[in-house]
Amino acid sequence: MSEVQLRGFGWRHAGRRAWAVRELDLHIRHGERVLLLGPSGAGKSTLLAALAGLLPEDSGESEGTIEIDGISPLKAFRSSGFPRRPEDQASAAAQFQVGIVFQDPQTQLVMARSGDDVAFGCENRGVPAGEIWPRVSDALDRVGFPYPITRSTSALSGGEAQRLALAGVLALRPGLLLLDEPTANLDPSGAELIREAVARATGPETTLIIVEHRVAEALTLVDRVVVLEPGGGVRADGAPEMIFAAYGDKLADEGVWVPGFSTPPVKATTKADPDLVRAEHVTVPGRLAPVSIAAGAGEVVAVTGPNGAGKSTLALLLGGLLAPASGRIEAFGDRQPPHRWRAATLTQRIGSVFQNPEHQFVTSRVADELALGPRRVGRSPDEVRRIVDDLLDRLRLTKLAAANPYTLSGGEARRLSVATALATAPRLLVLDEPTFGQDRRTWRELVDLLAGLRAEGHGIVAVTHDDAFVRTLADRVVPLGAAEPAPLPRRLLP
Amino acid sequence: MTLVFEPVADPSAPLARRNPVAKLGAALLFSLPLVSTVDPLTPAIALLVELVLLPFFGVRYRVLARRAAPLLLAAVGVLVTMVLFAADRSGELLFSAGPFEVTTGVLATATGLILRIFAVALPGIIVFATTDPTDLADALVQNAKAPARFALGALAAFRLLPLLAQEWHALTLARRARGVDAGRNPVAKVRLFASTAFALLVGALRRGVRLSVAMDARGFDSGVPRTYARRQHFTGADTALLACAGVASAAILAVTVALGVFRPIVG
Amino acid sequence: MKNTDSNRWRTIDVVIASVIAVAFGVIFWAWNTVWSVTESAFAFFPPAQTLLYGVWLMPAVLGGLIIRKPGASIYTELVAAIISALLGNAWGATVIPQGLLQGLGAELAFAALRYRSFRLPAALLAGALTGLSAAIFDFFAWNSETALWSYRIPYALLTVVSGAVLAGLGSWALVRALAPTGVLDRFGAGRDRALI
Repeated sequence: MSEVQLRGFGWRHAGRRAWAVRELDLHIRHGERVLLLGPSGAGKSTLLAALAGLLPEDSGESEGTIEIDGISPLKAFRSSGFPRRPEDQASAAAQFQVGIVFQDPQTQLVMARSGDDVAFGCENRGVPAGEIWPRVSDALDRVGFPYPITRSTSALSGGEAQRLALAGVLALRPGLLLLDEPTANLDPSGAELIREAVARATGPETTLIIVEHRVAEALTLVDRVVVLEPGGGVRADGAPEMIFAAYGDKLADEGVWVPGFSTPPVKATTKADPDLVRAEHVTVPGRLAPVSIAAGAGEVVAVTGPNGAGKSTLALLLGGLLAPASGRIEAFGDRQPPHRWRAATLTQRIGSVFQNPEHQFVTSRVADELALGPRRVGRSPDEVRRIVDDLLDRLRLTKLAAANPYTLSGGEARRLSVATALATAPRLLVLDEPTFGQDRRTWRELVDLLAGLRAEGHGIVAVTHDDAFVRTLADRVVPLGAAEPAPLPRRLLP
Repeated sequence: MTLVFEPVADPSAPLARRNPVAKLGAALLFSLPLVSTVDPLTPAIALLVELVLLPFFGVRYRVLARRAAPLLLAAVGVLVTMVLFAADRSGELLFSAGPFEVTTGVLATATGLILRIFAVALPGIIVFATTDPTDLADALVQNAKAPARFALGALAAFRLLPLLAQEWHALTLARRARGVDAGRNPVAKVRLFASTAFALLVGALRRGVRLSVAMDARGFDSGVPRTYARRQHFTGADTALLACAGVASAAILAVTVALGVFRPIVG
Repeated sequence: MKNTDSNRWRTIDVVIASVIAVAFGVIFWAWNTVWSVTESAFAFFPPAQTLLYGVWLMPAVLGGLIIRKPGASIYTELVAAIISALLGNAWGATVIPQGLLQGLGAELAFAALRYRSFRLPAALLAGALTGLSAAIFDFFAWNSETALWSYRIPYALLTVVSGAVLAGLGSWALVRALAPTGVLDRFGAGRDRALI
C-alpha cells in the first residue's frame, strides 16, 4: 500500500532546456488505480521514473516535492556502500516500495534463466536466501508463467518475457506498481496476457499507475484517469467516462487512442493492375510454411497471423532480401528472382520498411539519409535535391533535415524510414508492422500516406497485427497459419 | 556459421561439476607455464594429459574438434611464419623454397610451436565448453570475491549477445534494402562492414542504457548487502583440482628440463 | 551538477562497459564469418595480421574514452577477452591474462593523464600503449623463435602503430560519431552536445 503526493513537482534532464514535467500537483491514495495520459512529451515516463527513484540528483534538477508515503524517492548521489545520510536511507526505503515495468521486455531481463531473473531483485534487496525461491514461484504463478524456472530467457516470446519482467517486480512485493506502456512492444495476444496478469497479480492493496496510449485496453485495469498537460500541470483528473466525454476529441487529436473513435475505411478506388510480385509455395525451414501470395499495383495487401507464423520472413522474401528455400518468386517481369538483383536495382523496384526504423539508418543526417538511395541509383545532384526536399516536405521532416536519425522520436523515425524507401520511387512497398507502437496521430498520417501511394499506382504489402489498420486500408488479407513449432533456439542463425 | 554460446558438454561429468573458478584457475595454472618453452616435448606431454582428461569433463572429442578447428588456421600461420622468418635454421637442409632454407631445425621448432598452441589453448576451450556463464559469475563473486556489480553487469550484458547476433543479421538485410551493397569491391565491403558495426553499436549501447535503468529499478545499486539465491561451493575437491593442475604442469616442465630439451622463450 | 565522487562506477557505467565488450564480441564474430577468405589470406602473409590487431584492442580504448573512470580500460578489455573465450576462440583461457595486459596499456595512458583528458592525443597514446603491451606479450610468448630483425621487431612496431591508429584514432572517431546519436547522453563523452 502506498500513497503518492506531488506538490509543484518538476524535473529537467541535464542538458535540456525544457522541463520534462512541471508544476505538478497530484495526490494518489492507497490502492488507487490510475491511468496516466497525455500527448507525447507531456512527461509521463519522466514522472514514473521519478516515482521509481530512477532520477539521480546528478542527472538533472528538480523543483517542488515528490513523496511516497511521506518520503522522497529521488535518489541522492551516493558515494558507495549503504547510504549513510538518514534522508538517503529513507529514500532507499521508499524506493523499495516501488516496482516498475518498462516497454521493452528484452532490456528488462537480466539473467539467462527465468527463475534466476525473478530472484535477481530479491538478491539485490537482501531478501534472505531461504525466502527467495518461495517468492519466485509465487510471483511466477501470479503472472501465469507457463514454463519451469530453468527456462532460458532468450527462448521467450515478447509477451512471455514481459510477464517474466512483471514477475521480477512482483517478487519484490511493491506497494506501488508502475507500468510504463507495458504492452506497446507486444502483439495483441501478448498484450492481452499482460493485462490479465496485471489484473490477477495486483490486489486492492497495490497502488497502480499505468502509462498507456491504447486506452481501451487499459481501461479495465483502472478507476481513475489523469491527463497531463504538455508544458506543465494536470489538464484533467477523474473517472474515465467523465474524462473521455469532456476531453476525448482533444486527446484523440493529440495522438491518444481514445476509445470510441473509429476510423472510416479508405479502400482502393481503382482496380488493381497485374501483379508486381508473385510468390508461389515459398518456404523457409523452421520459419515459414509454404505460402503463395501476389500483390499488384494499386492495392494494399495485408499479411496477418499469429507470432511465429513467419510474417516477417515473408516480408523479407517479397522484399528481395532473403532467398526462399523452396518455391519461386517472380517480380517486375524479371527472369531473376528479387534476391538475386543488385541492391540498386532492387531499391528502384521494391522498397522495404523494417519494423525497427533504426535498422535502416546508414548516415548521420536526416537529409543525407533521404539522398542516399537516389544517389546510389545514379540520379543527378539536382534530382537528388528535388527528391529530398519533396520527401522532407511530404513527411513533415523539413525541420529535422539536419538532425541525427538516431535522435528522432518513434513517430519521426517511422516517417523517415518510409521516406527513405520512397526516395528511389519503387512501385512496390513492403512494410513490416508499419503502425507498431505509433500514436494515433502518426498512425493516421501513415494510413493517409499509404492510401495516397496506392492511388498513385503503388502496390503495398503490409505485415501487421493491427486490426484497425487492416480494416481501414487493406484491399485483401492473406492470413498465415501458425507454423509448426520451431526447435528451441539453442543455436542462433546469423 | 552459427554462434554457439552455451555449454556443449555433459554438465554432470565429474570434473565438469567442479567450481567454475577452480576450473578456470586450473586451466590457467596448467596452460600458462607451457608458454615458457618452445620445445616439442613439453606441449606433446601436456596435450596427452589433456586428451586423457577430456572424458572426465564430459566433452566429446568430436565437439572439441569442432571448437578447436580455428586452431588449424593458426597452425598453418605458424608454419608459414617459421618457413619465412625462422631465426634458427640449423640442422639438415631438407629443401630450399627460393631464398628460404627449410631445415630439420625449422621444422622441429614449427612442430613445437604448433603443439604449444594446441596444448595452451585446449584447457581454456575445455573449461569454457563446460561452464555456464551464470555459474561462472556466481562463483567469481562468491568464491573469488570479485565485485558483484561488475560480475553481474557483465553477465547481464552477455545475455544481449544472441539478440545482437540477430540484430547483425537484420542490419545486413536492411542495408541491402537501402540499396547499399558492396559487390566484390573490398573497400566497399570494409565500409559496409564498418557502417553495420556502427549501427550495431548504437543499438547495443541504447539497450545497455535501458538495461541499466531496469537493473537499478530492481535495486541493483541500492547499496544493501546482496544475498545469493544460488550458492556456489568451493570444496576440497576444487582445491585438489587447482593443486593437481599446478603440480602437473610443474612435473611436465621438470621432465623436459631433466631430459635437457627445455628451450625457454627468453634467453 | 554535483561531482562529489566521480570515480565510483554507476550501474550504467558497468553495464555500458560490458555492452561494449559484448558488442565487439559480436563484431569480431561477424568479421570472421564475413571475412573467412581474407583470414586465410592473412595466414599466408602473417605480418599483415598486425594491421587488424588494432581492432581487437579497440574495447580498451573505447571503454576508457566513454566511461572515463579508473579501471574502465582494463575492465572492458578483460570482459571482451572473457567473452571471446566463452564463445570459443582459438586461444582458450590465455586470452584472459592477455586481455588484462592489453587493458592495462590503455589504462596507464589514461591514468598518466589523471583521467582528465579524453581528446585525440589521449586516445592515440592509449592506443599506442595498449598496442605496446600487446606487442610485448607477443614478442616473448608467441614470436620468440622468429628472426629478430625481419620479423619480431617489425611485428612489434606494426602492432604499436596499429594500436595507435585503429584502436586510438578509431575509438576517438567512433566516440565522435556516437555522441550525436544520443546514446552517450548520460556520459561525459556525450555531454559535449549542445543543449537541445
